[in-house]
Amino acid sequence: MESIFGIHEQALLIRKERESILANNLANADTPNFKARDIDWRKEIKNAQDQMDAKKFAPDLEMTNSRHIEAFGDMTTGDYLKYRVPTQPSLDGNTVEAHIEKAKFMENAIQYQASLEFINGKISGIRTALTGGG
Amino acid sequence: MSVFPTLDISATGMSAQTIRLNTIASNMANADSISSNSAETYRSKQPIFKTIMDNETGLPEGGVEVDKIVESKAPLKMEYAPNNPMANKDGYIFRPNVNPVEEMANMLDASRSYETNIQVMNTSKQLLLRTIQMGK
Repeated sequence: MESIFGIHEQALLIRKERESILANNLANADTPNFKARDIDWRKEIKNAQDQMDAKKFAPDLEMTNSRHIEAFGDMTTGDYLKYRVPTQPSLDGNTVEAHIEKAKFMENAIQYQASLEFINGKISGIRTALTGGG
Repeated sequence: MSVFPTLDISATGMSAQTIRLNTIASNMANADSISSNSAETYRSKQPIFKTIMDNETGLPEGGVEVDKIVESKAPLKMEYAPNNPMANKDGYIFRPNVNPVEEMANMLDASRSYETNIQVMNTSKQLLLRTIQMGK
């Protein structure tokens, strides 16, 4: 079954994942040889979309009994983790640039809230439909 | 992995920076502890950070920790002070290789990094609270 929230549910998951990756970059700002990473958002969301399209016909978990419930495996972001290209590499091999990571973190937080707003809008829409606007 | 990975990651960052601040405090406090031989003289201590790797995925997702604390290899300061009661038989005392300017710069960097982790934590907390409020 397709989620009533459409792509926004996937988007929220990816934003959440990206948040922890960017937080990790910032936490490792002083770690020698640490390479900053980020998610390839475009590929990631396309993958989520493809998965959603595919799920309608092919569930991830095999059903060997008629009483089994349809279920899907979690999506992973591992394949879409890319290394950041630093503008100024530092002597100790660390590629975290705090100002860039902070900007990305903020951007991601706002996008997360935008996704939440979309979902909230859907929920209130459904609620209005259920109560007949009363 | 935890339900709230971001909070954990930032917490590890904060504790690592705290250890860094502690070593800086120790270095500064010992900046004037003189000694009569080079073996007993205090040497500047520096923490080396390491990324905590996630065992399941092999990805660097678990935050940061202090791998080890190393002593600075900078030469000790030898000072000719024959009147000092701590002087050795040649009239020299040894001062630690603590560079106060370097330590101060490190301290500022550590406190900035600590603040960054707090900001990340606060933002993450707000997002989580809004997620809990979803649909209300």
